[in-house]
Amino acid sequence: MKFKYKLIKALHICGIGVFEPVVHLVTGEEPAKQIPRIGKFIVVPIVGVVAFMFAWHFAAAGLKTSYGDFPGPSQVWAAVGDLREEARVDAEKRVAFAEKKAKNLEKMQAAADKAAAAGDDEKAERWMSKAESEAGRRYSGSPTYWDQIITSLKTVFTGFLLASAIAIPLGVICGLSPIFNGMLLPYIQVFKPVSPLAWLPIVFILVNTAYATMEPAPLADKTDETAVAAYEEALEFKSGFEGWIPPAFVSSAITVALCSLWPTLTNTALGVASIEKDHINVARVLKLGTFERIFKIIIPSSLPLMFAGLRISLGVGWMVLVAADMLSQNPGLGKFVWDMFQNGSSQTMSMIMVAVFTIGFIGLLLDRIMIVLQKLVSFDTAVAA
Amino acid sequence: MNITLKNILAPWAATFAVCLTTFVVGCGGPAPATTETEEPAGSSAEAEAVASWLDEGETELLDVEKTDLVFGFIKLTDCAPIVIAKEKGFFDDEGLSVTVEAQANWKVLLDRVISGELDGAHMLSGQPIAATIGFGTEAHIITPYSLDYNGNGITVDPEVWRKMQANDPKLDTPTPPHPITADALKPVVEEYKQAEGKAFPMGMVFPVSTHNYEIRYWLAAAGINPGFYTDTDKAGFTDADVQLSVTPPPQMPATLEQGTIKGYCVGEPWNQNAVVRDIGVSVCTNYEIWKNNPEKVFGITKKWADEHPQTLLAVVKALIKAGKWLDEKNPDGSFKNREEAVKYLAMPNYVGADEEVIANSMTGTFLFQKSDRQPMPDFNVFYAYNASYPFYSDCVWFLTQMRRWGQIGETKSAEWYDEIAKKVYKPELYKEAANLLVAEGFISADEIPDTDGYKPPTTDFIDGNKYDGRDPIGYINSFEIGNKD
Repeated sequence: MKFKYKLIKALHICGIGVFEPVVHLVTGEEPAKQIPRIGKFIVVPIVGVVAFMFAWHFAAAGLKTSYGDFPGPSQVWAAVGDLREEARVDAEKRVAFAEKKAKNLEKMQAAADKAAAAGDDEKAERWMSKAESEAGRRYSGSPTYWDQIITSLKTVFTGFLLASAIAIPLGVICGLSPIFNGMLLPYIQVFKPVSPLAWLPIVFILVNTAYATMEPAPLADKTDETAVAAYEEALEFKSGFEGWIPPAFVSSAITVALCSLWPTLTNTALGVASIEKDHINVARVLKLGTFERIFKIIIPSSLPLMFAGLRISLGVGWMVLVAADMLSQNPGLGKFVWDMFQNGSSQTMSMIMVAVFTIGFIGLLLDRIMIVLQKLVSFDTAVAA
Repeated sequence: MNITLKNILAPWAATFAVCLTTFVVGCGGPAPATTETEEPAGSSAEAEAVASWLDEGETELLDVEKTDLVFGFIKLTDCAPIVIAKEKGFFDDEGLSVTVEAQANWKVLLDRVISGELDGAHMLSGQPIAATIGFGTEAHIITPYSLDYNGNGITVDPEVWRKMQANDPKLDTPTPPHPITADALKPVVEEYKQAEGKAFPMGMVFPVSTHNYEIRYWLAAAGINPGFYTDTDKAGFTDADVQLSVTPPPQMPATLEQGTIKGYCVGEPWNQNAVVRDIGVSVCTNYEIWKNNPEKVFGITKKWADEHPQTLLAVVKALIKAGKWLDEKNPDGSFKNREEAVKYLAMPNYVGADEEVIANSMTGTFLFQKSDRQPMPDFNVFYAYNASYPFYSDCVWFLTQMRRWGQIGETKSAEWYDEIAKKVYKPELYKEAANLLVAEGFISADEIPDTDGYKPPTTDFIDGNKYDGRDPIGYINSFEIGNKD
């Protein structure tokens, strides 16, 4: 029995409380009451989904576009199969590449040994240096659909963390100081509704400028060996850094951050400003210092609202990401959609539909995760929608 | 409507499929390779090629400065040499790992090459030239390799085509005689100007693209003014009968369909795409405007070339092999490898259009309209007629057109044209790479042209005008419509 209530609580925390009647039913508790509840909250949505699928199927069959027929559920399913096939072929290529590389390395090593045995050290060294560059060579396939999903997730979380790092401290200050809040408010009001499409070109230019400043100044004197070495090292660092964190990724992530920091900022400010007077009074009585007051009283009691803001922020960030990826050519889901559109083939629409569903489901998943976190920090048991 | 079990189950399957996509694709992705009979594209053949030269130990891999490269391209069939060099393993043979990445448009592509995010790219011939002389974004871009000849077409709205047919009874058949000049279009343009009070809208892909110069050439040859660029008018609309606006190639058919433009000049597969979808009629190819005209080039920054000389040599070697592979012919004169090439190009991460659409032009025919398929074996030339060699005279032709239409604002001396050509086009790099390939036995010495970089004068134009790259000023002055020096 105890386990049963734990399970029900866990279901609620995970945002799948609709399964509660099932638990009751399985344990034989008031079956007459549970069945209508199951019907209402589980069967009805499933019937709805199936009905929609049929409606989609028949509506799509009659819709002809110049790109071909509008894809129905079965065409979209076929596109999923194609994407899986693509991933399989890519995995095979990856293995073939590794095998070939190992074989090449072996041969290069053999050639180096042969040259060394013949006393041609210079040739042996040349072979060794080639073997070294072969060893460092990476597989260079096009990103698979899975890779693109991963890139999108990485980008959105980078942007989201960046936004939170800015929005939470600012929000706390705004909540504590009505004067500061009054100064910042006009900016918040003006920037909140700005679309990512407006920010992106500016971010793009700034990020590219930042990367360009990493470029070492051209050498005037190429005879100075230490200077040449330093120059080459700087160049190598720049290209290594670009490979590690590509500018397109940074542009996308910053755009996501710019669009998603507002809900966190306003909610945090509200949460801090609406702390119960009693709590503040307790802090006074205890003579807590400023930092202790912020970390022990203010932040904990504003957490529920702060997390509500973070949840909206992540949702906004995920929505903005697709547009940002499209424009900055960051190889995520947005670029996938754009590339498929550019292909203009008979598969274009079904591939885009796959992306639409993927984006939707991941968005849903992210939202559920945030609900769980939000509930974990909330003292009250209010159910988030 | 026949309802089968499959039809009923499919929607269900799709629901769960999409739920599971992420997981399934994930699991299916990095899974170890199974022993399927299907070969991953071009792995065994290329492995053998590497094996043979490594075993002989006579030729050595170049000592490349950088092994992992990223090249950009726009979704057009003429990026083929880059795609083939990758898919057939020619880059691998040189010890290079190349990622080939589609770009949104020509501006983004150029910016990313300049910023160093891309090591090199499939570029419009005009792009390195314009960047080097500072029209648009300024940067010193060079080209050691010309990707192809020809490959563009002009397509008009079916409504416009019907009006052209009404103006010229010769065109009013399912298979009109080619080449079709813009003479029949002239009354349509004038009528539109009178009725709407503005210039006739058409599309091209970029201000310094070959398409811009070709459609201008075609229009001007029939006495239609396509507009001039001036110091204050950077869009090129001054005095225009036809207003040419910029649209990225893959969006051309959609823009035509929406009626924003009445016709356009673009590379393949975007003419064939419109024809197949019944939203356009192709009237003229650029092969007819100028036989074997230079089209795309492989562009890199001068700085990148200076920092990676051996890598560049290796890249050019791989591209030459790819170009040769693309143009190889069977004894009966048909292309040996084009069908395989079409398969690679149709992959969604490359051009991605439907195979039959790409095949229309790549395999030696061109579909002007559904009733009119013409043989055009030289529509896409990658290697024959020295198409991959960067001729100075090709560069000078683009410069003359930039001057003709006002993108170059002032009079320049004939020496200046030669000087710029030598600054941008680098046949010496091509020769160096080609000589290595001769030594390795991949090509024969007579495949490298013996030239000072200027082709002999030619009159292979739609209007029969004579072009001599050594006399740019005389050529500029020979046009009726255009700036004069």
